[in-house]
Amino acid sequence: MRLAVLAALVALAAMLAGLARVGSARADERPRDRPGLRIGSKRFTESYILADIAVSVALAAGEADVSHEEGLGGTAIVFRALEEGSIDAYPEYTGTLAEAILHAPASSDLPTLRQALAPRGIEISDPLGFDNTYALAVSGALAAQRHFTNLSDLAGARDLRLGLSPEFLGRSDGFPALAARYGLSTASVQAMDHGLAYEAIARGSIDVADAYSTDAKIARYGLTLLADDRHFFPSYQAVYLYRSDAARRAPKAIAAIRALAGTMDRASIAALNAEVEIDGRTFTSVADEFIRVRTGGAGGQGSGSDASDASEASEASEASEKRPALGPGILTTIRTEGPRHLTLVGVSSFFATLVGVPLGIFAQRSRRIGRVVVGATSVLQTIPALALLCFFIPLLGTGTKPALLALFVYGLLPIVRNTVAGLDGIAPALRESALALGLGPWTRLVRIELPLASRTILAGIRTSTVIAVGGATLAAFIGAGGFGAPITTGLNLDDTNLILEGAIPAALLAVLVEGVFTLFDRTLIPKGLRLPPAAS
Amino acid sequence: MVILDGVEKRFGVRLVVSAITLTVPARASIALLGPSGCGKSTLLRLILGLLVPDRGRVSVAGTLVTPDTATRVRRQIGYVIQDGGLFPHLTARENVTLLARHLRWEKPRLEARAAELAGLVRLDAAALGRYPAELSGGERQRVGIMRALMLDPPVLLLDEPMGALDPMVRARLQRDLKRIFAELEKTVILVTHSLDEAAYLGDEVVLMRDGHIVQRGTMRDLERSDDAFTREFVDAQRGTQPSTQPAAQREPSGGASAGPDA
Ligand SMILES: Nc1ncnc2c1ncn2[C@@H]1O[C@H](COP(=O)(O)OP(=O)(O)OP(=O)(O)O)[C@@H](O)[C@H]1O
Ligand SMILES: [Mg+2]
Repeated sequence: MRLAVLAALVALAAMLAGLARVGSARADERPRDRPGLRIGSKRFTESYILADIAVSVALAAGEADVSHEEGLGGTAIVFRALEEGSIDAYPEYTGTLAEAILHAPASSDLPTLRQALAPRGIEISDPLGFDNTYALAVSGALAAQRHFTNLSDLAGARDLRLGLSPEFLGRSDGFPALAARYGLSTASVQAMDHGLAYEAIARGSIDVADAYSTDAKIARYGLTLLADDRHFFPSYQAVYLYRSDAARRAPKAIAAIRALAGTMDRASIAALNAEVEIDGRTFTSVADEFIRVRTGGAGGQGSGSDASDASEASEASEASEKRPALGPGILTTIRTEGPRHLTLVGVSSFFATLVGVPLGIFAQRSRRIGRVVVGATSVLQTIPALALLCFFIPLLGTGTKPALLALFVYGLLPIVRNTVAGLDGIAPALRESALALGLGPWTRLVRIELPLASRTILAGIRTSTVIAVGGATLAAFIGAGGFGAPITTGLNLDDTNLILEGAIPAALLAVLVEGVFTLFDRTLIPKGLRLPPAAS
Repeated sequence: MVILDGVEKRFGVRLVVSAITLTVPARASIALLGPSGCGKSTLLRLILGLLVPDRGRVSVAGTLVTPDTATRVRRQIGYVIQDGGLFPHLTARENVTLLARHLRWEKPRLEARAAELAGLVRLDAAALGRYPAELSGGERQRVGIMRALMLDPPVLLLDEPMGALDPMVRARLQRDLKRIFAELEKTVILVTHSLDEAAYLGDEVVLMRDGHIVQRGTMRDLERSDDAFTREFVDAQRGTQPSTQPAAQREPSGGASAGPDA
């Protein structure tokens, strides 16, 4: 039986090693002479689409191998990824840069931003042509009936019912300031989630809602955006950020991305967002279509192909551009993300065990050090997983490495704690017997204490591994892939099917892990400990 | 031989062993008696070096017991612990041979010794392959004694080796132990609660109270003592009426007959 487990472990190790090789082979695939360009995106539809558009035109420049590091995270994470070079470019908004990166909301004009970022080796394209800012929206019918086009048209209208997102209501630079600037009536204002507010307007239970100006649902619900004619909202012009060294390494590709400046407008970007979020098309197909329309013909990712190839390709992509149904989607996720997820869990749990058990033994030996070790691992455990993931980005960049480290750190506590508990739980009489026999410390540990504590220690490793299966879904937030990839995309698109495509395989894997550990229990816990307790 | 010289041990402020001086000559057997909590097990732990005395010195077979010599001393001592102390994850055989395997005995020698000891304590050979959870209480006690005897140590410390056994099993084990002590010429300290057992297995009896030795001598000395505590202790075991019958003519509890040298 032990041999069987040993064989299983060896097989698992071999599999992990194989996966690692596949991973590294993938990284080495690109010929040395072609520069690589990595384009990042944040975790929302528009960012994915803008990044895919950039990927397309950069590829078409025929100079570099371009990849899309999808949905790396929020502003802080993606910007840091750019800063430390794990990506070369990503789409951003001027207002966001001013506020979140420079912490100077007032200085959102391009020259100021360019001056601030130049020393960091980061450059900014010209504006792409549209703003994605806060705005107020009313139903098309109401706008037509009462001639609302500008925010100032709302001044003094006491009969309007407003449904505003809690964030917008709460911020001092949000609704209170806006109402003061435009003389809006605050008589009938209620807090309401974005999604609900649109429905409410459609049903006629409110008249005005706050919205993002390129929101996919604006067209869907037939809303009219009111112009910010007194320039209350900061400017959130869409731009691409790119690294100066990338511009030197792949000048044509970067030039192609910069040439996208001025080619986009609010309505068409909102339409692209809607095609993904409402019609369920893929980011890539929407991005390709944008480029086809713009260049008036062939284009997209297969740029080198002639016209007939391009039309075939576009037919094929037309057929496959709808996202697949749930069932096949799950299988696809298991096939494409499974190895990645398994690697994240396997490698991090393996090392957590390798470090956690000795750490636990050490902690149990010396009470004082023990308290420090267990305390420290507990503290690490209380850091939110995402914060921990982000914490390692400056050290290790984005992607697999920080994810592995974060999962490893997260996995330590259950193992350390259970190792300490298992050793503490050994009956004093047994401890005394081992000592009194005259066995040395090492023999006592290996022959007596660890076998006696094996059940508790294994339970800790099991807990840790199951936690890692769940935790690894968060790794997708920093671009490490795995079953979290469809989950993060699904969350952004509000697409339950897509979320399930990641969640179900993750749950299945957790069940599988439980099963494997039950097998481990049967073989690794000595038989004498699995017998019913002695009747004395 | 085992020598304790002015040994003192405190747990916190409580003096659990106070200034005990006791010499157990080679091949002698001493029965240690006393009420629960008087420090008997603590005394054994001090001899094994499991506890370090606050004052005084312990030596075993001419070696002073210190943390440095403890391991060497322990291999001179066979210890049968109060609560059994068999390792549940090892079979009876593995429990018995653990230390010998650690010392790299050859397999034939291990087997031969285990078989010999099984014969000595009258343990069914089949029981050797079973785990402690699969053994009866009496079998477990026998395995514990086998383990203590494995390396043929000159000194045996037995802490209530027959606790919680039914009278018949107990009597059988007592007879076997008496035979073993005599045949193997061990220096023995045996802790027991039973006056009869003490009389049957010990050349001498030591009565303890609150960490002191109240009296040391033969059973006859004990029964003739004028000391109030000793009388009370003896009477409590013999029923309310003070007894004048010499212990040596009594049988150990369970009805086994006393040996000629008791
Ligand atoms: N590690 C310890 N820490 C604190 N007190 C202890 C410790 N070990 C024993 N004691 C106390 O020392 C006293 C003597 O204990 P010891 O085990 O030697 O008693 P004993 O004579 O063997 O009793 P029994 O016949 O019940 O086994 C008891 O009161 C016990 O509570
Ligand atoms: Mg005791």
